[in-house]
Amino acid sequence: MVNVSMSVNGKSVTGEVEERTLLVQFLRENLRLTGTHIGCDTSQCGACVVHVDGVSVKSCTMLAVQANSTEVTTIEGLAANGDLHPMQQAFKDNHGLQCGFCTPGMVMSAIDIVNRNGNDLDETTVRKELEGNICRCTGYHNIVKSIQAGAKSMGG
Amino acid sequence: MVDNGIGASVLRKEDNRFLTGKGNYTDDVNVLGQTHAYFIRSPHAHATIDRIDVSAASASEGVIAVFTGDDLEKDGIGPLICGVNVTSDDGEPHRAPLHPALAQGKVNYVGDHIAVVIAETLAQAKDAAEKVEIDYGVLPAIADTATAADNGQQQIHDVAPGNTCYNWPFGDKSAVEEAFETAHKISTLELVNNRMVTNPMEPRAALGDYNSGTEEITLHVTTQNPHVHRLVLSAFNQLAPEHKLRVVGPDVGGGFGVKIFVYAEELVVGWACRKVNRPVKWTSDRTEAFMSDAHGRDHVAFAEMAMDERGKFLAMRVNTTANLGAYLSTFSTMVPSYLYAFLLAGQYSTPLIYSEVKAVFTNTAPVDAARGAGRPEATYLLERLVDVCAEDIGLDPAEIRRRNFIPVDAFPYQTPVVQCYDSGDYPAALEKALSLADYDGFSERAKEAKSRGKRRGIGLSSYVEACGIAPSAAVGQLGAGVGLWESAQVRFNPTGNVQVFTGTHSHGQGHETTFAQLITEQLGVPLENIEVIHGDTAKTQFGMGTYGSRSLAVGGVAIAKACEKLIAKGKKIAAHALEAAEGDIEFEEGNFSVAGTDKSMNIAEVAFNAYVPHSYPEGLEPGFDENAFFDPLNFSFPAGTHVCEIEVDPETGEVEIVKYSAVDDFGKLINPMIVEGQVHGGIVHGVGQALLEGCQYDADGQLITASYMDYAMPRADNVPSFDVDYAPTNPPDNPLGVKGCGEAGAIGAPPAVINAITNALGIKHIDMPATPENVWRAAQSMG
Ligand code: FES
Ligand code: FES
Repeated sequence: MVNVSMSVNGKSVTGEVEERTLLVQFLRENLRLTGTHIGCDTSQCGACVVHVDGVSVKSCTMLAVQANSTEVTTIEGLAANGDLHPMQQAFKDNHGLQCGFCTPGMVMSAIDIVNRNGNDLDETTVRKELEGNICRCTGYHNIVKSIQAGAKSMGG
Repeated sequence: MVDNGIGASVLRKEDNRFLTGKGNYTDDVNVLGQTHAYFIRSPHAHATIDRIDVSAASASEGVIAVFTGDDLEKDGIGPLICGVNVTSDDGEPHRAPLHPALAQGKVNYVGDHIAVVIAETLAQAKDAAEKVEIDYGVLPAIADTATAADNGQQQIHDVAPGNTCYNWPFGDKSAVEEAFETAHKISTLELVNNRMVTNPMEPRAALGDYNSGTEEITLHVTTQNPHVHRLVLSAFNQLAPEHKLRVVGPDVGGGFGVKIFVYAEELVVGWACRKVNRPVKWTSDRTEAFMSDAHGRDHVAFAEMAMDERGKFLAMRVNTTANLGAYLSTFSTMVPSYLYAFLLAGQYSTPLIYSEVKAVFTNTAPVDAARGAGRPEATYLLERLVDVCAEDIGLDPAEIRRRNFIPVDAFPYQTPVVQCYDSGDYPAALEKALSLADYDGFSERAKEAKSRGKRRGIGLSSYVEACGIAPSAAVGQLGAGVGLWESAQVRFNPTGNVQVFTGTHSHGQGHETTFAQLITEQLGVPLENIEVIHGDTAKTQFGMGTYGSRSLAVGGVAIAKACEKLIAKGKKIAAHALEAAEGDIEFEEGNFSVAGTDKSMNIAEVAFNAYVPHSYPEGLEPGFDENAFFDPLNFSFPAGTHVCEIEVDPETGEVEIVKYSAVDDFGKLINPMIVEGQVHGGIVHGVGQALLEGCQYDADGQLITASYMDYAMPRADNVPSFDVDYAPTNPPDNPLGVKGCGEAGAIGAPPAVINAITNALGIKHIDMPATPENVWRAAQSMG
């Protein structure tokens, strides 16, 4: 067992975990932040995407100990004072989710896409950038629309 | 008109919790003292189990118990069942091999369940599982659909000679033969409908919790139909009496059919929590999902169409072999029979149809309903065959469809294959789709593509499906073990807000919004004062669940009927309060008023009066809470035409969908935004089948595609945005005028895509999935 400590959604947390514990397990099981999901065992689906030090990471591919001393943001940490983050709002406005299972990972990836590519995103860029996230419900049409709209409103 | 009622694209009420990580999926539920289950599965496709020794595993750190099939048998638990009878051509019921939840002496597919380890942590359960010793006697295996029933094949089940579950002929064979003898032209086509793994993004999960004080088991489970789960687990699997079993399907992360069925893991977890007197949790990983979720499709078929000189269809003959896997899953038998052959008429007035279906066992995962279930298989076969007919007779694919469409004035239309279509205007959908797709401009675009070294193709698919499953009497006659009505309860609270309890289940479809819109429309209650509740047998009275695009067409009508009862009762209450005759009370937009006066009261005040009946009509029951059941008169028959335009790069075999247009008839739309989302998702599911997805077993029955590394799911850059429009008709049998939309895309898309590819390459046929390699080979062989 090892001790880990990090900041999650602005709060510092510590825990004792087995060495093999993945970051996603630490978030879901130790911290009970169940908004981050697990959709595969091969790092393909993106349901588990969180931000570590501001950059998107598949939390199923990172050990909890590797996240030691970092700042982690999960889907639970996005809405400030009850207001949806502009990207969350864009997903709602554009019907970018159905069952909601891929959604936390999609939103976290989407924000990272905007951070890296700016606020004016064309459809091709969004579709290429989404290669690490699978959705079975929406057919992506409205996810792409959501991300384009969210990117704009993140620009203010 | 009320705000946010029928026809408004209201933003979804459920979205905030999903967007903020507050969804409550089965694996998110944790109870105090829970243990973790890990299933030991067969690595062999076919083997006897000669010895199991669990002693080392039982002594492993953190292990609470290790159970095998013998333990289940001792307690009289199971076996798993299939609930629909299909009579084979020898007059006997279909062959139903024993399906123990944990194997008894033999395993029949890779992933078959052998034992379960229950430990304090999942890691400990997995570590202990390594220590279970099993001696296998490996047997030859058969995975191939086409040859499973051949002479000399390895036999899987003693009760099913020739690995055959049933042979099911349907239709007038000799009349069809006669028509073929005198036909001007006969077109033929042999095709495969590739096996799919359904892959909702949330893997299956179950959490059993036994309360020794109340002797009740609570089973949280990824289900599309909590009451059906409870009924089957109780009545057929002996888990617990129905009143001592609570099934909760909280938020469910996609279903597409695969979460209808009752699985071994769910039964075992439900049983084991009582056995060890601790809560037991199991969550599938993705590899387990590939191995042991019920798969979909997997047909090989030979189809023939007889035509006259003008390309009119005279008769159709179809011979199909359908792979049901190693055991019969819950509703498996009906998929390649009733849900398939009864849709073979499609949109056409073909007078004679004869179909033979052979359902076979193989050493593969069980196959059952998957988005569309039988209807995509029928549509793919028919719509591909129609294109072959067009080519053979020298007609444009649009024209041959026009010539054979069921005429608009022929509805309700009795097909030669049981179904009586409710309403339709197939030419209208076709013409609208053609203009949306700019069909006439295609040859110019093809020319331009050719100048860039690309080949462009355009493909049509005119589908019809049967939704709103289903009239109980009809399915009962066919051999279903259940009725398929739906129920609803609409309860006003004394303060005037409304709780709606529905027997259907939402796993992405947005019922919390759509159903609330129905209430708003009918009762005038503002949307924010309505809560739709589903997914818990302890809360909702009963329900058959969500599949076959039935929630609105059947469940929605039950809600509407409960509302009617409330209005009728409200009139009595209002008449008393307003001192008028009941017959003079009118109800509109949430207000009961006395005709011709300005006297009125709001429905919330009526509800308050009903709960605080100080001055109240004599003899009337207090309370403002009604329930209703609805059993549909007929299926509903959504239909439409999809047009797919693609570009093939002959150098790489890559297919790009450049434009996709869909025009559908879903009847009346309650929330167009949600409907359109369902169409998008369905199309991509179908595109996945056509271009990417294919579950592969090797000759020894080893599953080759067991992860997202090997099984290609459609991703955002595999598909375009879509042009979606509607050509609605009014189904007379449905009180709300709705038809159902959840499966349409998955049904319409595969033939549209493949027809576009065969058009581009000028070939007769290419099997799905049309991967770059397959397309490249086809392009090369064309020179
Ligand atoms: S769970 Fe991390 S990528 Fe699938
Ligand atoms: S919304 Fe269900 S998987 Fe994306």
